[in-house]
Amino acid sequence: MQKNLFLGVEAIGQGAIDGGISGVYAYPGTPSTEITEFIQENELALQKGIRSKWSANEKTAYEAALGMSYAGKRSMVCMKHVGLNVAADAFINSAITGINGGLIVTVADDPSMHSSQNEQDSRFYGKFAMIPILEPSNQQEAYDMVREGFELSEKLEVPVMVRITTRLAHSRAGVIRSEVLPEKEVVLPADPSQFVLLPAIARRRYKGLLEKQELFEKTAKKSKYNEYIKGEDKSFGIIACGIAYNYLKENYPKDDCPYTVLKLSQYPVPQKYLDKMAKHCEEVLVLEEGYPVVEEHIKAAFKKDIQVSGRLSGALPRDGELNADLVAKALGKETQLGADVPDLVVNRPPALCQGCGHQDMYKALNQALDKYTKGRVFSDIGCYTLGALPPYKSIYSCVDMGASVTMAKGAADAGLIPSVAVIGDSTFTHSGITGLLDAVNDEANIVVVISDNESVSMTGGQESSALGKIESICTGVGVDPNHIHVLTPLKKYHDMMVQTFEEEIAYDGVSVIVFRRECIQAAAKRLRKEKKMKDNPNK
Amino acid sequence: MKTDIILAGVGGQGILSIASIIGDAAINENLFLKQAETHGMSQRGGAVQSHLRISDCEIAADLIPMGKADLILSVEPMEALRYLPFLSPEGYVVTNTTPFINIPNYPDVEAVLAEIEKQPRFVAIDADKIAAEIGNKRASNVVMLGAATPFLNIEPEKIEAGIAHIFSRKGEAVVEMNRKAFKAGLDFAMANK
Repeated sequence: MQKNLFLGVEAIGQGAIDGGISGVYAYPGTPSTEITEFIQENELALQKGIRSKWSANEKTAYEAALGMSYAGKRSMVCMKHVGLNVAADAFINSAITGINGGLIVTVADDPSMHSSQNEQDSRFYGKFAMIPILEPSNQQEAYDMVREGFELSEKLEVPVMVRITTRLAHSRAGVIRSEVLPEKEVVLPADPSQFVLLPAIARRRYKGLLEKQELFEKTAKKSKYNEYIKGEDKSFGIIACGIAYNYLKENYPKDDCPYTVLKLSQYPVPQKYLDKMAKHCEEVLVLEEGYPVVEEHIKAAFKKDIQVSGRLSGALPRDGELNADLVAKALGKETQLGADVPDLVVNRPPALCQGCGHQDMYKALNQALDKYTKGRVFSDIGCYTLGALPPYKSIYSCVDMGASVTMAKGAADAGLIPSVAVIGDSTFTHSGITGLLDAVNDEANIVVVISDNESVSMTGGQESSALGKIESICTGVGVDPNHIHVLTPLKKYHDMMVQTFEEEIAYDGVSVIVFRRECIQAAAKRLRKEKKMKDNPNK
Repeated sequence: MKTDIILAGVGGQGILSIASIIGDAAINENLFLKQAETHGMSQRGGAVQSHLRISDCEIAADLIPMGKADLILSVEPMEALRYLPFLSPEGYVVTNTTPFINIPNYPDVEAVLAEIEKQPRFVAIDADKIAAEIGNKRASNVVMLGAATPFLNIEPEKIEAGIAHIFSRKGEAVVEMNRKAFKAGLDFAMANK
């Protein structure tokens, strides 16, 4: 059978297409972005007209996916872990409304924070919402789980979470596809009150969700993705969740693990397996990527006194992603280390690209603020967050999407004036607009910089929801048009940029300065594409 | 057969294009493959690595354990040194000697090269210079691929076929130039390993 070399995220995209989705909804975020990109570029998806354009943020994406499910069709919504915080309101309540067409929420966690602000574990959210969670251990499972997950969602009548982590998301392996399932027709929910969470209805539906927990657990017990492998050595049992199972296998290359192993890839944790383990093992080690979710759970769930170890006990580090070496240590196995890194090797942190417009903006901002004490610039999530590093050292905050505007406002409210926000174009439309509205309504004395490179650049140059709309949004929420400026961040305009900053810092009210220049990575990509079109006009 | 490779470089240098050629050849040989990449923030000029694992049996982990890599293939000399803890005592370092200097505190280049020469098994090649001599500086990654080929446990012809396949869309002249680059790297490694 033909093997496709897929990244984990691509396997998920293909699984969704082959699983019969009619739409995917997402906002870009590492390590989840390529799921949606894969569907956007996939020929079969294009032929079928699967809806795949970017959403303004994860909450709008989630709600639209739920709407498609309401209308009877299968849909998927994808995000990075922190994106689920943005979508949390819709997410938690969608467990209570339930679904009509199958709905999968795919969340990509980022332990070790390769490209993130925290390493929260989405399994907590899944447990919080009380829905089933699928956690693939490899690319093939990622494909199969998503393809079959819509049916699971329809059978259990709730959204199903697929949780992956960076390593699976961005690792490639051979994947075998199965037949393509057909899309669903538009059919409204049988019960017209299903999605109306008025208290009386919500109470009834919530009870229904509670009652279904047993069914979810039974389904997990029967799941082919969970496997109880009895070992000869009874002293020890291992629960290996999702990708951690691979790190365990890596330590037993001859498939000769002497201990009882529970491979856990579908939640809730089946109690029957735990009871079995309690009979067989004196001690249980939990291998899990992220927070000690299962470790905490089983401590309470074991009916007799069994020693449990894992990330909480210190057998594994409490933070950071797992690997085969950490698992080896937890198993008491010897590990091998190559030569040391020579002392002369220095860090090479990421930096703004040469020629990037954010650089020119920061140079002007630094000069304009030079006469004030430091610590007045609040920033946001995007390439421009790199302005915190030398040589710029311009910004003093990066918290969550949109926080620059509102934190600057709060600091100005406290009397820190001037107070400046630096936000990117797509971050502004993601979560900055409502904050700007607050600032206008409160007549806050802030300067908002929208560093507009006309794309979502940090994640690879996706189309920005803000494109062509920023000035009209700002005037629309009530910013005085006399205090909205659009400048081109280029060295030759440096003096003009500094002057505009100075004038707007002096103005007591909300100012918006848009620095607009195409992302140079996006520009290079566009030029390559244009050249290709010119060379091969027929393609 | 099992080959565990750490590919190293700086974001934007295109180490993933090397990985995709090796991957193409491995899949055509019906080998198992896992390849963990770096996406996201570090791609902006930061240190990037990719773990490429090829085997005739199923591969468990996406990451290579410490001290187990058979090869560090680096397109930049300091980056080759960063991953030494991954290298097995029998492993090879194959690195480009042209530094990519995008940080103010880049160490003395001679000292970096001296560290590479301290390694028990290495190939240090000026891939940029060789690529320029062939007529296209952008072919330096393919020179590096050629230099790594003696250590891949895949026949050179199969890798060359991978090059022809990957570059075929760009026309015969581009394929030919990359073949030359590959050959030059391979010859250098055979003479200097």
